[in-house]
Amino acid sequence: MNWSIYLRGILTVARKDIRIYYRKAPVFIFGLILPAFLFFAFFMGRALDIQKYFPGFLAMTIFFTASSVGPLIVPWEKQAGTFERLLSYPVSISTIVLGDMIAGALFGLLIGGIVGLAGILLLPISVTFLALVCVAFVLGNLCFSAMGVLLSSPSGNVPSNVMMLSALVRFPLIFVSGIFMPLSEMTGAGRYIAYCSPLTYLVDALNQGAGQAPVFPWFADILAMLGFMCLFLVAAVGILKHNSLKRV
Amino acid sequence: MDAIKVENLTKRFGDLTAVDRISFDVKKGEFFGLLGPNGAGKTTTIRMITGVLGPDAGSVVVEGSDLRKDYFGAKSKMGVIPEVGNIYTDLSAQENIDLTGRFYGLPKALRRQRTGQLLTEFGLNDRADVPTRNFSKGMRQRVSIACAMVHEPPILILDEPTEGLDVMSRRLIVGKVKDMNLKGTTVILTTHNIEEANQLCQRVCIINKGGIVAIDSPERLRKAAEKMQTVEVAFDRQVDPASFASQFITKAEMCGDKWRVWTEDPDSAIMHLVHLKEREGLRILSMTTSGPSLEDVFVKLCEAPR
Repeated sequence: MNWSIYLRGILTVARKDIRIYYRKAPVFIFGLILPAFLFFAFFMGRALDIQKYFPGFLAMTIFFTASSVGPLIVPWEKQAGTFERLLSYPVSISTIVLGDMIAGALFGLLIGGIVGLAGILLLPISVTFLALVCVAFVLGNLCFSAMGVLLSSPSGNVPSNVMMLSALVRFPLIFVSGIFMPLSEMTGAGRYIAYCSPLTYLVDALNQGAGQAPVFPWFADILAMLGFMCLFLVAAVGILKHNSLKRV
Repeated sequence: MDAIKVENLTKRFGDLTAVDRISFDVKKGEFFGLLGPNGAGKTTTIRMITGVLGPDAGSVVVEGSDLRKDYFGAKSKMGVIPEVGNIYTDLSAQENIDLTGRFYGLPKALRRQRTGQLLTEFGLNDRADVPTRNFSKGMRQRVSIACAMVHEPPILILDEPTEGLDVMSRRLIVGKVKDMNLKGTTVILTTHNIEEANQLCQRVCIINKGGIVAIDSPERLRKAAEKMQTVEVAFDRQVDPASFASQFITKAEMCGDKWRVWTEDPDSAIMHLVHLKEREGLRILSMTTSGPSLEDVFVKLCEAPR
């Protein structure tokens, strides 16, 4: 394996994605407008403790923005006929998946960074465990971006179908991951379902970073996000490889 | 060393064997054509050679680099224009070429220089910065070919590059590819256009039903099909097709206002036509003989069962 060509391929795929897909309407709608609407719907006009709920809101923003780019890229490229040309360059399926993941994660880091900084500067939010917040912030973006790429991998070449599927998967997750109802207050099956959501661990890590009582130790949150990210990546590469072997 | 060596390449899609143990080699600097009817396995073969599709069996060696063992190294030596290989229409021609240069690791200064050079050569300078979404098919294909050439690959692989293009774009592209071949680039071309293959290729490989049915120079393939010599004759009035029945004529077909007859023995066939003229009181307006065309050879080979 020629690692320099591999790395170059990943960065060039990410660069191409940023240049082309950040400006696409579905990324705006699902990555920016939707979390903003959800914020207004659930937080505005209610006497909620902003310090308590802000980590959850930040996690939700990261979740939506980071996972909004990935689902679009592969179906869009298949539909436009650019996917086969991309595969003819010195890149592999894993290069494309990693490049797409980085592009999605950078979008999440940018938007999530703005929201996080605004929260710290404008609201009475305090950070007590900065290192954990930073690591969780980066890892959360990578993990959800990888999830976005995975959502697109079994797809055909119709972007709208994939965006619909990704909305179907993403919406339920925000209700079971401790954003609107703290994890510590969840009981029974709800709590076990929450354990299956990668978003749960980002919410918990950010809660802990903001000085709130955690449900899991910090390293468990980190390991869980890392595990989910690896799982999403391996599955995305496997499915795309399998699909690329089919007759076009 | 061969530019490309393909050995026992096989690809199955479920029960269908799209490519069945194909082996051939392409010499350095050669202009090599892959011909075949739709669904013959040409594009699947090209996809496996270019690393887009993994084979079920067999190997591809590109200038000494085995595609399985040195995947990136082998792919870096090729410039590819896939059959379904569009450019990014959100990007300009300049950005598309530059992006491709990045994939092949060209430094910035070299990318800029080659991009400018290719834009000029393909007549795209005046619209270099405009998003290609509004380009015509011919202009997009010019950008596509410029992208495949930006890293000056030793091997250029083109899958139906002139399909559906206007005459000017086709001429420009064919001219540029011929130019690169003259400078030493190995070219592999798949095409439906047999005349194009006849004019451009030093050797052609005819594929049908997933296997190779012939591989040789167009001239030798034609010579090998002596039975398919033709005599073309125009009479001053209509002739009954039954009057061409003769042991020397294998087939007769009306082509516009002329009749074309296929024969192994042109001399006897001409004698038969002259007797026909005298018997029916006809007047011969024109008569020409010709050897089999590559198209005749192609049709004959593709009709034969494998």
